[in-house]
Amino acid sequence: MNSLFYALPFVMVAVLIIMGLYTVLFKRNLIKMIMGVAIIQNGVNLFLVSLAYREGYVAPIWTSAPDVDMVLPTPHALTLTSIVIGVATTALMLSFVIMLKKHYGTTDSHETRRCKE
Amino acid sequence: MRKIFALIALLVIFAFMILAVVEMRGEDGGFGEPVNTDMDDYFLEDSQPHNQVNNVVTAILFDYRGLDTLGEATVLFSAVSGVLTVLRKYQIKKLEVKK
Amino acid sequence: MNWKMSRVVRTVTDVMVVPIIVFGIYLIIHGHLTPGGGFQGGAVVASSTALLIIAYGSFRDYKKDFSSVESIGLTLFIFLAILGILLGATLFYNFGAGTGGLFGGRVAEGINPGYINTGGTVPLMNIMVGLEVTAALSLILWMMAKSSDSMEVEA
Repeated sequence: MNSLFYALPFVMVAVLIIMGLYTVLFKRNLIKMIMGVAIIQNGVNLFLVSLAYREGYVAPIWTSAPDVDMVLPTPHALTLTSIVIGVATTALMLSFVIMLKKHYGTTDSHETRRCKE
Repeated sequence: MRKIFALIALLVIFAFMILAVVEMRGEDGGFGEPVNTDMDDYFLEDSQPHNQVNNVVTAILFDYRGLDTLGEATVLFSAVSGVLTVLRKYQIKKLEVKK
Repeated sequence: MNWKMSRVVRTVTDVMVVPIIVFGIYLIIHGHLTPGGGFQGGAVVASSTALLIIAYGSFRDYKKDFSSVESIGLTLFIFLAILGILLGATLFYNFGAGTGGLFGGRVAEGINPGYINTGGTVPLMNIMVGLEVTAALSLILWMMAKSSDSMEVEA
């Protein structure tokens, strides 16, 4: 129980990813499914940032830094990459939903599954 | 019935994640105490004498791992191309309707 | 339909757009000194586009878009990366650091107050990526607003 408390950000990562998977699996609205994918992306970003953390250290920027002990910079750079790619994929999925809405007149995933000319 | 199976699968995945979190604290390094930090320490020491950059994250993004950023910019570019390709059809149709 | 919000919202938008763009440009060109850089600054500049679209409608009669700005930003970024090979080093080699040219100054080692004329190719790449991200996000927002505009007309 003690180790679970000290690793609380990782527990939150697990909760976020499970919430996103639940939303993707059980919701019928396509926009809510995209929200689930975005929640999974945020969970992964939180995981990367938590991996970079060193207790009591400062951000890896030398300009007027309060201390010379700094946290790991590489996961921060990867998180930046991940955020931008998440924005790009979310925009692409939302434009697909716009297209489906215009074609079928609904955003229900069960309705858009059937074949229609 | 399918929903019940999916819920059970989700719970199993969640249990394994929590188990991994509990196991992570130890000599492998958990939250707040990473162990294998050689590369990051090298970046922290090297970004000022070699790149003349104060912001280490920017130095990694544009010099050490520049190929990563190039792929990211390409992904963004292709995503925008996809959005334009998907949505431009409706613009043209709407303009014709307007006439 | 081409919606338009009330006069209060439009006036506040007129006042706020220029500071938002200036702050985004500050984030881009100080990317090698402070938290920020091309991606964050580009996102901030694109948020001004979102504000304009919310306040003034989707500008659907305008034909010109800025996809050429995005292409120019990405092309110059790749050109700067390949210039490292052409000058006899590796891809993404920082050939401008400490040479005394543009952004070629030297930083003081350790904790320092920051000096903007440093960094070599890193600030240039920040500017290119800032151009690309600004154009990309603005274009995505604008095309979505335009297409959802025409959705109400058809329905």
